[in-house]
Amino acid sequence: MTLYPMPPLPSNDKRWKIVNGTMRRHGFTRHALIETLHTVQTSFGYLDDESIRFVAKSLRVPLSQAYGVVTFYHYFSLKPPGKHTATVCTGTACYIKGADRLIASSERHLDVKQGETTADGNISLMTARCVGACGRAPVVIMDGELMGDATSEKMLEQFERWAV
Amino acid sequence: MNLEELQQIAESSKQEREKADYEINVCMGTGCLSQHSDKIKDDLATEASVSNKRIIVRRTGCMGLCASGPLVLVEPTNVLYQHVSADRARDIINSVDGEPIPELLCDLREHFDDQVHVVLENSGRIDPEKIEDYIGRDGYLALVTALTDMTPASIIDEITKSGLKGRGGGGYPTGLKWGTVAKARGDLKYVICNADEGDPGAFMDRSVLESDPQRVIEGMAIGAYAVGASRGFVYVRAEYPLAVSRFNTALRDARRRGFLGNNICGTDFDFDIEIRLGAGAFVCGEETALLQSIEGKRGTPKPRPPYPAVSGLWGKPTLINNVESFANIAPIIRKGAAWFAKMGTEKSKGTKVFALTGKIAHTGLVEVPMGMPLRQIIFGIGGGVPDGHKFKAVQTGGPSGGCIPEEHLDIPVSYESLIGVGSMMGSGGMIVMDDTSCMVNVAKFFLQFCMEESCGKCIPCRAGTWQMHQILTKICDGEGTHEDLDLLVDLCGTIKETSLCGLGMSAPNPVLSTLRYFRNEYLEHIDNKNCPAGVCACGTKAAKEAEVHA
Repeated sequence: MTLYPMPPLPSNDKRWKIVNGTMRRHGFTRHALIETLHTVQTSFGYLDDESIRFVAKSLRVPLSQAYGVVTFYHYFSLKPPGKHTATVCTGTACYIKGADRLIASSERHLDVKQGETTADGNISLMTARCVGACGRAPVVIMDGELMGDATSEKMLEQFERWAV
Repeated sequence: MNLEELQQIAESSKQEREKADYEINVCMGTGCLSQHSDKIKDDLATEASVSNKRIIVRRTGCMGLCASGPLVLVEPTNVLYQHVSADRARDIINSVDGEPIPELLCDLREHFDDQVHVVLENSGRIDPEKIEDYIGRDGYLALVTALTDMTPASIIDEITKSGLKGRGGGGYPTGLKWGTVAKARGDLKYVICNADEGDPGAFMDRSVLESDPQRVIEGMAIGAYAVGASRGFVYVRAEYPLAVSRFNTALRDARRRGFLGNNICGTDFDFDIEIRLGAGAFVCGEETALLQSIEGKRGTPKPRPPYPAVSGLWGKPTLINNVESFANIAPIIRKGAAWFAKMGTEKSKGTKVFALTGKIAHTGLVEVPMGMPLRQIIFGIGGGVPDGHKFKAVQTGGPSGGCIPEEHLDIPVSYESLIGVGSMMGSGGMIVMDDTSCMVNVAKFFLQFCMEESCGKCIPCRAGTWQMHQILTKICDGEGTHEDLDLLVDLCGTIKETSLCGLGMSAPNPVLSTLRYFRNEYLEHIDNKNCPAGVCACGTKAAKEAEVHA
């Protein structure tokens, strides 16, 4: 009984079916926008034009609104992540324990600014507001694994391991 | 589900436990898990199974003392081991019935003895993914009692009498809020649990969701029954994957046991909860912005009134409470308002969970009765400042709060007293700073946070925080003037009074409180181009560049 034709899946990639599944679970209502974008980012690693258009069309949300939501929230990324990701927590506890020094030394080592990916697409250096592991500050998340009491040395070691 | 069935489950859970002589609880909160406590638990279970002792090895939530993780608690001997590694599993199993292992023993009486656990009563003692464990410790007794023996009005009355105030930071009386939503007219009402714990340096809500998720569900269900709501949402940060996954499991179990769904406990009360993920916007902790976000929009706040209690999610009456507020509900119903009101000060009742972090020996979570002096929390329970450094300030209330210096450490902790010294309760983060922290730089850090997190809807916050950040950067760089200080104070007043929501209104607090107590540090930066803590590269910008590249 859908009055609007559903847009076709952008490709045969199975991940689109997962994205569609999230929208279906929410009955293709407009308020499923953020939940769906989360699914896209989890499945594809980032949000590109094609995926935002597809989600906006499927949920009948104006593209401007979808893009507005994507750019409003820090968690959503419009750029593909590197093969590996190091996320430095910049919460207060980590700041007090020297997170800025970790960022500075990583930026120098990788020759990128925070939020960027190395030229070879290998490592992304990201920051997070607070991952809630303040008891182990300063904290860095290396490919999803939490490293507590982080030091520049420990980070650089990991970068070296990733480089090979 | 009725009372008898509930008691049966509790009974069989107890019998299950009685089959074992020892219970070994392994902390698997985010902190300990990051040190591979899952492996420790597996090894302990393996060793236990090959020994001839009757031992239960259990995964639990946070035990609080994150600094000493991974933690392992042996019951009933109440032996706590710290910094456990997997290769000690055999030793631990071998020693359960003998002398504790001295080098692993964590003997911090002053840390644990002064705490009173209400919200955290089950944390570190039950398996967060086993609803039977929760029921075995009086879980869902409050919900069943509320549904079968109490009217919505009498529940609200009980909550009001308990004196519980919103634990998210605002401190609005919970009973009053519930009463407003209950009176509001609407065919559909919502209950929302605010788990968008945005304050950097605070992790109470994460820990409660990870360690004892059923408690939050029970609190929300009681709230829904009291105000007449039928749908609930938990708005939780996407940065907390473990909390989200454990809460999802908890929701499934609660549905399976009939605590969520239709005709709960054989009454005509229907209620179910869905999770909504935040996406990294601090402002979404503000209730009207949170509502926008659940509706799938940009999280920008709206002017109040109308308050969400009258017109909230999709224009329907909506009850919004914080995780810790909901976590307090079941004990209040179970033990009575009088029991709760006995704890705390005249105006702030009950207990409060704090996240102690920064330059403090025992970082982690603590729960203390309201009214405990800050000094006791920091130097007694928290173990003071390590490495021979000197205490300088404690920051409470996150980016909206302020820094409290040593001279005010003897105030009893409560909503009112913290506001009195220019800070606020906030959600409960306490970040301790020592003489290596520069207070001007700290103020700049928070201002930068607020500047970046400002949603941009209202000008005072959007442009004002930017201006303040510019001035603070100037001072940190050693290029500030005395006029800058006046301008800063002036801007603080404007932003405070004219911003739309709490983010803007409280953004100047860190600056105002550091100016109040640490004005000499500002002056030192301005007059002598010197940073007493050695954090800022004062003097010329070139000097700063040099430090960055050093």
